[in-house]
Amino acid sequence: MQKTLVLFIFLISILPNVVKSQDLMDLLGNDKPKEFTTATFKTTHLIIGQSVENVAKGHLNVVISHHFGKINDGPYNFFGLDQSTIRLGLEYGVTDRLEAGIGRSAYQKTADGFVKYKILRQDNLSMPVGVSYFGSIAINTLKWADPSRVNYFTSRLSFVNQLIVARKFNDNLSLQITPTYVHKNLVPTNADQNNIFAMGAGGRYKFTKRMSVNAEYYYLLPGKTADDNINSLSLGVDMETGGHVFQLFFTNSQPLFERGFITESQGKWNKGDIFFGFNIIRTFGIIKPKEFKGK
Amino acid sequence: MKLLIKIAIILVMITGNVFAQKYLTKNGKISFFSDAPAEKIEAHNNQVNTALDITTGEFVFKVLIKSFEFKNALMQEHFNENYLESGKYPNSTFKGKVTNLSEINFTKNGTYKANVEGDLTIHGVTQKIKQSGFFEVKDGKISANSKFSVALKDYDIKIPNTVISNIAENIEITVNVSLEAIK
Repeated sequence: MQKTLVLFIFLISILPNVVKSQDLMDLLGNDKPKEFTTATFKTTHLIIGQSVENVAKGHLNVVISHHFGKINDGPYNFFGLDQSTIRLGLEYGVTDRLEAGIGRSAYQKTADGFVKYKILRQDNLSMPVGVSYFGSIAINTLKWADPSRVNYFTSRLSFVNQLIVARKFNDNLSLQITPTYVHKNLVPTNADQNNIFAMGAGGRYKFTKRMSVNAEYYYLLPGKTADDNINSLSLGVDMETGGHVFQLFFTNSQPLFERGFITESQGKWNKGDIFFGFNIIRTFGIIKPKEFKGK
Repeated sequence: MKLLIKIAIILVMITGNVFAQKYLTKNGKISFFSDAPAEKIEAHNNQVNTALDITTGEFVFKVLIKSFEFKNALMQEHFNENYLESGKYPNSTFKGKVTNLSEINFTKNGTYKANVEGDLTIHGVTQKIKQSGFFEVKDGKISANSKFSVALKDYDIKIPNTVISNIAENIEITVNVSLEAIK
């Protein structure tokens, strides 16, 4: 009896050694850390509108957007390639969640300033979508049509507010909806709307590691604006190489900033009022992470 | 009889501590460096999980790919999305053993050369590797250092033709971890 007991106790003492092999790896933690979803879209723009992505903290995006003329302008105008309208923009990542930027479009010589803030971020544990707020102010800087009238500076202003809701379903597919509220301080006639609501929807499908096909549509809710204008529809391809993202697309919208393309698009796809355009977005690192300071 | 049992129990408690001597860190550092004609790329990971068993020589690493920090955030995004595909393969691991355990005294202060052998898994591909490094023992803490090279081809990491002069085929990896005994 005593011998059995001693033997039993001896066995217990060597037990810890035997169980060890996978133990060591298990020590390193099997808990899944919370990870925020990255790269829902390749860049901060879906096509001509915003995507849920922000510029990284301490980085600057230089955005060159270029639309040509309408394809149905015929061979004399080289199918629209003879004409062009542009927007130049800068987007800066102030913090992990806040992006701020400015831009200038040829269309009505509009200057715009904006912020984009990540309210909720999609993650691998509990949050199924990313939700961001986008707010911008656009200033029409054209000379007054009638300088002898009393003209107010505030008449030049329009405001856009968007809630961007997006989900990265898998490595290839991401979808987004963008409810939008536009306010224009000054509109041409009493019948025109100062307050316009629209619903944006779009997505991207990545078909190679570096290329995706994108679609973006803004539906104007019923009203005079919806009657007088056409809903913006764009289709395009994203290509990324090193530090650039190139977006090539066809769209029925000539203006390149939110108020413009959402509420003032005139092109009809079925008539060939289609503009070919591209965005070139280059990312520069301005503030280096701690580890790299001095390099 | 009762005394014998009491002694036996005490022995069990003592041997439990002496036999299983494990060292751990969750803040180990691994850096890699790519030296190519057109560009030099480096990244650092300060959240490497490492464990060492000084009695059996078992040495394991678990590295979360998303924790590698680059100077340029876009480069970091491409590293994860296009090259290492960290969505599919979130961790890189090493499961190995110190093969010259008898030459190392983990309880005595000093620097010891170590030969390590084991399975290195990167991007879902496992290769057997044999490398050497140093253990430095100082006042109950063990630090491990090593520098070695890894061929991207061996782990199915593809370099597109457009960036062939920007990314080296062999990447230099530097390991620097400081382990403490688990109480």
